Amino acid sequence: MFKQARWDEPVIFSLGKTGRRGYVVPMVEEEIKSEVGDVKASVPEKLRRKMPPKLPELSEVEVVRHYTHLSQMNYGVDLGFYPLGSCTMKYNPKIDEILARSSSLTSIHPYQDERTVQGVLEIMYKLSQWLAEITGTYEVSLQPAAGAHGEFLGCLIMRAHHKFNSELEKRTELIVPDSAHGTNPASGTMAGFKIVVVPSDENGCVNLEALKAAASERTAGLMLTNPNTLGIFEKDIDEIAKIVHEVGGLLYYDGANLNAILGKARPGDMGFDIVHINIHKTFGTPHGGGGPGAGPVGVSSELEKFLPVPRIAFDGKHYRLDYDKPHSIGKIKGFYGNVAVLLRAFAYILSLGAEGLEEVGEVSVLNANYVMEKLKRIHGYELPYAQGRPRKHECVFSTKTLYKEKGIRALHIAKRILDYGMHAPITYFPLIVEEALMIEPTESYEREELDRFVKIMKRVAREAYANPHAVLEAPQNTAIPRLDEVRASHPKTMVLSWKMYLERTRP
Amino acid sequence: MKQIGIQSIEELYVDIPPKFRLKRTLNLPSPLSEHEARTHVESLLSKNKTQRDMPIFLGAGCWPHYVPAAVEAIVQRTEFLTSYTPYQPEISQGMLQALFEYQSMICELTAMQVANCSMYDWPSALGEAVRMAARFTHRTEALVPKIIHPERAATLQTYVEPVGLRIKSVSYDPETGQLNMEDLKTKISENTAAVYIENPTYLGFVETQVEDIAEEAHDKGALFIVGVDPTSLGILEPPGEYGADVVVGEGQPLGNSMNLGGPLLGIFACRDDMELIRQMPGRIISMTTTLDGKKVGFCMALQTREQHIRRERATSNICSNEALCAVASAVYLALLGPQGLRELGESIMCRARYAIQLLDRIGGVKAPVFKSVHFKEFTVNFDQTETTVREVHERLLQHQVHGGKDLTKEFPDLGETALYCVTETHSKEDIDRLARALEEILREES
Repeated sequence: MFKQARWDEPVIFSLGKTGRRGYVVPMVEEEIKSEVGDVKASVPEKLRRKMPPKLPELSEVEVVRHYTHLSQMNYGVDLGFYPLGSCTMKYNPKIDEILARSSSLTSIHPYQDERTVQGVLEIMYKLSQWLAEITGTYEVSLQPAAGAHGEFLGCLIMRAHHKFNSELEKRTELIVPDSAHGTNPASGTMAGFKIVVVPSDENGCVNLEALKAAASERTAGLMLTNPNTLGIFEKDIDEIAKIVHEVGGLLYYDGANLNAILGKARPGDMGFDIVHINIHKTFGTPHGGGGPGAGPVGVSSELEKFLPVPRIAFDGKHYRLDYDKPHSIGKIKGFYGNVAVLLRAFAYILSLGAEGLEEVGEVSVLNANYVMEKLKRIHGYELPYAQGRPRKHECVFSTKTLYKEKGIRALHIAKRILDYGMHAPITYFPLIVEEALMIEPTESYEREELDRFVKIMKRVAREAYANPHAVLEAPQNTAIPRLDEVRASHPKTMVLSWKMYLERTRP
Repeated sequence: MKQIGIQSIEELYVDIPPKFRLKRTLNLPSPLSEHEARTHVESLLSKNKTQRDMPIFLGAGCWPHYVPAAVEAIVQRTEFLTSYTPYQPEISQGMLQALFEYQSMICELTAMQVANCSMYDWPSALGEAVRMAARFTHRTEALVPKIIHPERAATLQTYVEPVGLRIKSVSYDPETGQLNMEDLKTKISENTAAVYIENPTYLGFVETQVEDIAEEAHDKGALFIVGVDPTSLGILEPPGEYGADVVVGEGQPLGNSMNLGGPLLGIFACRDDMELIRQMPGRIISMTTTLDGKKVGFCMALQTREQHIRRERATSNICSNEALCAVASAVYLALLGPQGLRELGESIMCRARYAIQLLDRIGGVKAPVFKSVHFKEFTVNFDQTETTVREVHERLLQHQVHGGKDLTKEFPDLGETALYCVTETHSKEDIDRLARALEEILREES
């Protein structure tokens, strides 16, 4: 029986006592003090802080206890199955964590002389080469901090390419399928494009006729996830690439689902011109409750000149940072990328090699198909689209019949799964599936854990028919029951900071 | 395989057109055992020279600060480390509460009412802030100071270019470095969406005309955006007290290591104004109650601003952020408390002042260039010596000291100038060593 820790843990501002603290800043040496005098007095009165910030005042052990309690009310991959579709919640090897905490990495400054950081530059250089090899692209930039950041960069590269060809004025449209991740249209808009949505066909793939109709001389490019968000491989990719390229557009690969095809097929070979990689998905780095991740971008040789600066260059002996790239789109963030995350990916690839990565892909696909076959047989879960075709890394089920028959929604199923000590799948995505449950088991779980998940899914479906209240009132075994999310977002009731709470509750 | 009725894994890949199947193995090094991989990576990393091998006087957007052991311990809790974005709040209360506490502490530091739970870093947060100001005001220009970090300026440019926003820079007083108010008044107009300043500025000094700048911006209906180094906010007046509408900044110094500049932590806060909040990018956590109203809990709020709901009409495309860095900062600030934060600021300022005084005494060296109060960074000018910033840097390295950032390309107007940084991690001995080495180098050169 699962019971998540349920600490009655107040907001930290109501803990502790005035005057307490958990860390002491190094004392200023007496010689320095007598030399410099009262430095604060040199700050003009109006710029001197009058009201100290109302931070909590706690001893070290109180702080540690508080956050340890909080951590116990949080579910992670190390605790069990985490089948969030498209999120690739695989195991994060412990050795990578140890390496990332090495002081030879943590204590180096980005502006250090290149000669003093040759080790880490070598790691970054080699990683970018490996990622180019894995994705079939010509060159990779490690700068983007996340997948969506990589998408933004990719769209900016499209812009730069069309501008370079003096076509930006007319190429204002970016095509995305209706099954695309929300980040795709959002990234395209950020980069100044108008989004054109193409529908999926009856097999859940891009509707070629619709794509042909949408593609024109106004097309800047197409953003595509392959395998797509239904876990289905876009088998017409050759035709898709032709349609887009023939009208002069570029093909963008959303790498969220790269895990499935590692070592089997490469986006670059399929005709994709720009590819982003979610390091925190495919290459086993931890998600950290939302980040930091990393979203490197690989491009074809034609687009290489537009990548952000600096690029890491190697002259056969020394590694250096190269800013001399006149066509570069510039910078999309400070410095060079989320280096501590990238180092973990370096260690991950180093440990697995080509064969290991291919096996990662295979087992993730096998696991997804195993779960799909098992769930298909459970009354209450329906598999939309492309019956009989294998899925890749994930599968999407619909609970719309359950909704019609019993008023139980995908949301309720998800909440009830939590009660059995597993994380729920993604719900209500992709948008083309009603009452969607999107399941990505990854390669990290053994068959017994997959069976346990299937068993829980079966039990929840049975409960939905026999004892709907148990499902509707879930979760009960988590740190807290269902929350009022409307209240959380309503302008009158939302509380976005402790200060706002105090201001709004004060008479 | 038997269970799903296949003979071979290959059957699961039949729908990939054969011409796109990779017919060889990837060209990657052979797999290594854990022991071998560790040895290999450690030997590569050992080629780096770190702050432990030599005092490093570099800042400029990423700073050497001490990370307390308790911070390290908490962010290594795998319940935090290996969790995803808290889409299911009931099973993710820990992360949600920690992020709510982070938001709340940022609000306390900056004297704002609302903060999001992280952006990638300061430069990208600035890019998003200016875009937000443009949406809010329906205007097309932003004014930024000429004294700005070139990477922030470049990132800002990248963020605003696609939507056609123009960035104009406002010059500075050559004596003090303070923003040139006349130039501001000339450039501000009905098109100005935002006036942005940094405090302390990129070159380390405190901008003191903040209220006048705020007034100027507000008179013209523009938003006032302030960029901060949060370690200064124990002693410097927070932007919320002098009229800021939006505050951005770099949270890395609050409990996060340098890691060659990534990951960092973008701070993003604003006033309690619903119209402004609706335009905010990024995730925001709200305190709420259970459905029955009996217990307090936390969940993501205002998601209709975000890409997974609003798609092409979202305020930003940001999805993965820097959540764990935000947790580190919350733990750090909880450990320090108000007193610790003030002492941190004082310690930094004293040490920086000490370094300034020592260096300025060396013949031909001028520190700082501008007659203003400096916080932790300061300019050092070598125009009156026989040498250049580049040569000084080379010679300092021979003395096992890493000097400041070369500004000669970024700010040619300042001549042979470098930007030095001193924090609470620089002992008196480190600073003395820098001064001794400089003295020796310059003596030999002349």
